[in-house]
Amino acid sequence: MRDFLNKLGLTFAFIVIVSPAVLFFLWMLSLSLKFEIDNASYPPVFIPDRINWGNYAAVIESKRFMTYFFNTLIVTGSATLFALIIGVPAGYGIARMRARKSAIVILIARITPGLSYLIPLFLLFQWLGLLGTLWPQIIIHLVVTVPIVIWIMIGYFETTPMELEESAIIDGATRWQVFRHVALPIARSGIAVAFILSVIFSWNNFVFGIVLAGRETRTLPVAVYNMISFDQLSWGPLAAAALIVTFPVLLLTMFAQRQIVAGLTAGAVK
Amino acid sequence: MSELTAGKAVAKTAATVAAETATAQKNEWRPISYWPFVIPAMIVVMAVIIFPWVYTIWMSLHEWKVGQAPTFVGFANYLRLPSDARFVESVGHTLVYTTLSVALPLILGTLAAVIFNNKFPLRGFFRGLFILPMMATPVAIALVWTMMFHPQLGVLNYLLSLFGLPPSLWVFHPATAIPSLVLVETWQWTPLVMLIVLGGLSAIPTEPYESAQIDGATPWQTFRYISLPMIMPFLFIAAMIRMIDAVKSFDIIFAITQGGPGSASETINLYLYSVAFVYYDVGYASAIVVVFFALIVALAGALLHLRQRTHWNEAGGSA
Repeated sequence: MRDFLNKLGLTFAFIVIVSPAVLFFLWMLSLSLKFEIDNASYPPVFIPDRINWGNYAAVIESKRFMTYFFNTLIVTGSATLFALIIGVPAGYGIARMRARKSAIVILIARITPGLSYLIPLFLLFQWLGLLGTLWPQIIIHLVVTVPIVIWIMIGYFETTPMELEESAIIDGATRWQVFRHVALPIARSGIAVAFILSVIFSWNNFVFGIVLAGRETRTLPVAVYNMISFDQLSWGPLAAAALIVTFPVLLLTMFAQRQIVAGLTAGAVK
Repeated sequence: MSELTAGKAVAKTAATVAAETATAQKNEWRPISYWPFVIPAMIVVMAVIIFPWVYTIWMSLHEWKVGQAPTFVGFANYLRLPSDARFVESVGHTLVYTTLSVALPLILGTLAAVIFNNKFPLRGFFRGLFILPMMATPVAIALVWTMMFHPQLGVLNYLLSLFGLPPSLWVFHPATAIPSLVLVETWQWTPLVMLIVLGGLSAIPTEPYESAQIDGATPWQTFRYISLPMIMPFLFIAAMIRMIDAVKSFDIIFAITQGGPGSASETINLYLYSVAFVYYDVGYASAIVVVFFALIVALAGALLHLRQRTHWNEAGGSA
C-alpha cells in the first residue's frame, strides 16, 4: 500500500514538473492552427472545431520567407562548417599539448555578453563595406560556434586512448596522418555532439541579426521578430511562423537528446 | 569596479583551473609539433574575440559617436556612469532579475532531477520533452509568451481565473514586468539545472540509500543528509552557469518588453543595446561593456568565494 502511494505521488510530481514544457508547445501548436475568431475568444479554445492550415500557408508564401530561410541555412551552415574545420584540429592540439589553460580564452568568450562583440565588429564590417551581405553574420556567428566546438572536442580528445597514436608514430606516421586516420575516426561521436550544438545555437541566435541584418539578409529569428510590429493582432500566422522557425530545433532535440545532454553536461561538469 | 580587479579575478579563476589539472599534467610529453593544429583557430579567436576586446577598451577611452571622429577623453566615459540614473537603475534591475533567475531554476531543477532520478517507462523520451524549452529558439518562444501574457485574451489570466485568482497585467505593468520575465527564464532554464544535478545524483552509490531505508529515514531526511551534500558541487556549477546566462539575458527581454514598460525591465544588456545601436554612442557603450564584464566576473568571484568558504567549513581545513 505504501509502495502504491509512493508511486502515485511520484507520478503526480512527474506530471506537474513536465507539463509546463509540454503544454506550452501544445498551446503554441493550437494558436498556429486556429482561425482568428477562435484565437480571440474568451475563455480560450484549446482544440478548435475547425483547423486553419492557412496560417502556415500565409507564412510560407509570404514575400521573403524563402530568402530568410536560405539566409539562415547559409549563415548556420557556414559558421558551423568553418568552426568544425578549425575547431576540431584545435581541440586535438590543445588536448595533446595538455594546454588546457589556453581554454581560458574560451571561458572569457563564454562570459562576455554577445553585444560586446557587436560594437567593434559592426564598426569593422562597416569600414570593410561588408554590411548588406551575409558575411558579417557568418563571421560573427563564429563567436558562438568556434568556442563550442573547441570546448567539446578538447573533452573528447582528452579521453581517447593515446596508445594507438603512439604506436602509429613509432611506425613512422606523421602527426597529421595520426590525426586524420587514428584520432578523427575515434572522435566521431564527439564531432556529432559539437555539430549538433553548434547548429542549434547558431540557428537560434537573434542578437547578432537584429544589428547586422538588412531587409534582404535577415535570418528567420530576426524575421519573426519583425513580424510582431505590424502583425500584432493576428496571432495565428505569428504562432505558425514561430513554430516553423523553431521546429527544426525541436525535432533535432528529440532525436539527438542523448548527444545534446552529453555535450551540455560535459561542458558544465568539467 | 576597475578593469584591474576584473583581470585579477579572471587570473584567479585561471589559476584554480590550472591547479586542478596540474597534477595530471606532470611528467607528460608536450611536443611542440602540435602547434599547426591550433594556429588556424588561434587566428580566428584573435580576430573575433581578442580584437573586439582590445578595440572595446580603446573605444571606451574615447568620445565617439558613429559618423564622427573619435576624441581621446581618458576615463571620462567611466566617470559618467555613476551619475547616469538610467544606468544605475539598470544595474539594480539586472541584480534582481539575476538573483531570481538563479534561485528559482536551481530549486525547481533540483526537484525535477530528484524526480527524473527514478526509473519509469519512456524516461529518455520525457527527458527530451523536458529539455525542449532551453533548446527552442528564444525569439519564437518569447512571441508565444507575449500572447500568453495578454491581459484580456491571454491564456495565463484564464488559468489564474480557474484557480479563483485575480487577473494580472504581467509584462504590461512596471511592478510585474521583471517577475513575469523571470517566469519565462525559469521555464526556459530549469531543464539545464535538472541535467547538471541529475548527473550528480546518478553518480551517488546506492549503499547510503539502502542503509537510510533500513534506518527508517523519511524521503526528506534522505535527500537532506545524503543527496544534498553529494550534489553540492553540481549545484554550484549550475548556479555559476545560470548566473552568467541570466546576467547576459537579452533575447527574451528584448522580444517581450524591449526593457519596458517605460524602463521597468531595462537590464544592463538592454541599456547597452540602446546606447550602442539607438544612440550610436560607441565610446560610452564600450565603457558600459567593460564595467558589465567586470560585474559578471565579480559575481562569479563572489560565488567562487562562497563555495570555498562552505568547502572550508565542511572539510575543516584547507580549501
